[in-house]
Amino acid sequence: MINFLILPILIPFLTGILLIFFAKNVSLSRWIAGISSFITIIVSALLVQKVRVDGIQTLDVSSWQAPFGITLVSDMLSALLVLTTSIILFTCVIFSFKTISKEQERFYYYSAMNFLAVGVIGAFTTGDIFNLFVFFEVLLMSSYVLLVHGGSKIQLRESLKYILVNVISSALFVITVAYLYSVVGTLNMAHISVRLSEIGESGIVTVIAVLFLIVFGLKGAIFPLYFWMPGSYYAPPAPILALFGALLTKVGVYSIMRTYTLFFLDDKDYTHQLLGILAIITIIVGVIGAIAYSNIKKIVIYNIIVAVGVILFGVAIMTPESLTGSVSYLIHDMIIKAALFLLIGIVIAITGTSDLRKISGLIKRYPGLGWTFFIAALALAGIPPLSGFIGKLLIVQEGFKEEHYWGAGIVLMSSLLVLFSIMKIFIKGFWGTPQAYKEEEAVPVRKLLVAPVILVIISVLYGAGSEFVLPYISQAAETLSNPSIYIEAVLKE
Amino acid sequence: MEIVMAFVIGILFMSATYLMLSKSLLRIIVGTGLLSHGAHLLILTMGGLKRGTVPLLDEKASAYTDPIPQALILTAIVISFGVTAFFLVLAYRAYQELGTDNMERLRGTEGND
Repeated sequence: MINFLILPILIPFLTGILLIFFAKNVSLSRWIAGISSFITIIVSALLVQKVRVDGIQTLDVSSWQAPFGITLVSDMLSALLVLTTSIILFTCVIFSFKTISKEQERFYYYSAMNFLAVGVIGAFTTGDIFNLFVFFEVLLMSSYVLLVHGGSKIQLRESLKYILVNVISSALFVITVAYLYSVVGTLNMAHISVRLSEIGESGIVTVIAVLFLIVFGLKGAIFPLYFWMPGSYYAPPAPILALFGALLTKVGVYSIMRTYTLFFLDDKDYTHQLLGILAIITIIVGVIGAIAYSNIKKIVIYNIIVAVGVILFGVAIMTPESLTGSVSYLIHDMIIKAALFLLIGIVIAITGTSDLRKISGLIKRYPGLGWTFFIAALALAGIPPLSGFIGKLLIVQEGFKEEHYWGAGIVLMSSLLVLFSIMKIFIKGFWGTPQAYKEEEAVPVRKLLVAPVILVIISVLYGAGSEFVLPYISQAAETLSNPSIYIEAVLKE
Repeated sequence: MEIVMAFVIGILFMSATYLMLSKSLLRIIVGTGLLSHGAHLLILTMGGLKRGTVPLLDEKASAYTDPIPQALILTAIVISFGVTAFFLVLAYRAYQELGTDNMERLRGTEGND
């Protein structure tokens, strides 16, 4: 029992409330938001270290014993994801200082960002299936606010669709929890796992598994359920887009990982095969989108879909090594997607357009931006020794070892095509003859570059220092591949 | 009792689907409200319905109604209430800004290619 693991939820929550009172004072609220998100990074780094040394940390909220009350659980996977989330929150906050107009910042911009972080971190930390729904709603509500923030026509139009999709998926989530409750009679995730393994293979459990896949797949944008995403993510400005692209889909992916490694282990032939097939189609669809568009925002948005497919393919194989690969790739992808979205945010701020055909020759005038983008692009495609290589390598290796030749081959091919899609931005946008753009003098490129450079440095260190990082990742994967560790830690049997 | 509830839930889902497939934004919002109410009733039914007992357990109680679904519904109702309120305000704002509440006319590729 330890109260420490609730701190990463509590700090953004209290900051969000505090910022409501100081919203009209823009410079003060910037300071508060920046400092508190930095403190969150420190606290969650300490939490990771704590989990590394002492094992899984649990907190029974208000001392209601484990299966009866709400339990917060911090195993290595959730601790690492909380750390990554807080880093991304920090960089997005400092990037917002120079990109969001003061009028917008007054309208509770930083509060909404902090509440979004509360939802995401809470969803990573909770050990109770209904509480997961509640944290989902917290993050969705803040994402609705952030999506319409500014109130331009395209934002209003896209957020109507986004909210409709998410309201339906929330209703479906409640329905699924109801079915699950009627079968097992408990909500604690560890306890559900115990009860489900007692029941064994049964039709209703498979139905629930597929329903969960639909619910979380809608959040995580897997194959048949991704249609809302390219449109909605296109609308908001760069820092919000970076937050969404890095965090929101990954919450869905995390939930699929958690439920499919903890609950649905008895009918693997059906559920995990379905997950694998959907993951492969997701990769194909994402790659097609990434290649087809000549709009830089769309290219990176479709790359999110590819990454979701790669991670879930690793989950579908379900060996310890492939899960290690998935966890490693998940964290890599959160960092690098945030970096890429911030970088293309700078490009759009300079050129005033996201159409690749109207951009050229940026690297001559902004070498720093160009090289940062180049490194980020290589890291995205998984060029060794940058991050993303280890994760993909493990997934592909295990794919071949477990005789999923098609899947592993497609993952391999997708890396090439992802590299092509992102290099297309580099070749067409950064090479060529330099142009003069209308409003570029007003853009403080150096100051804006701070946030993405931090993320790219982390990504490079994450890849180059994988000797140092891998023990943490494999500890996370160990909990996933052996659910009894998780169950024992929560139920203290 | 469960059979009756199943029919009620089914009718709620049916009308919700019908309303959400229409073009008018207001009808869609009413549809989402009905959908979440159907989901709430489903939790209640899934928890098991008992008559003549209360969800409070004293030491001599031989039967009690499961309190958890009721707690869950309370939470879910509050959330759906908040989301519906937000959705209504957003729809009104969008109507002012875009000049239409017809979802058909909200499609399009302007700035979205």
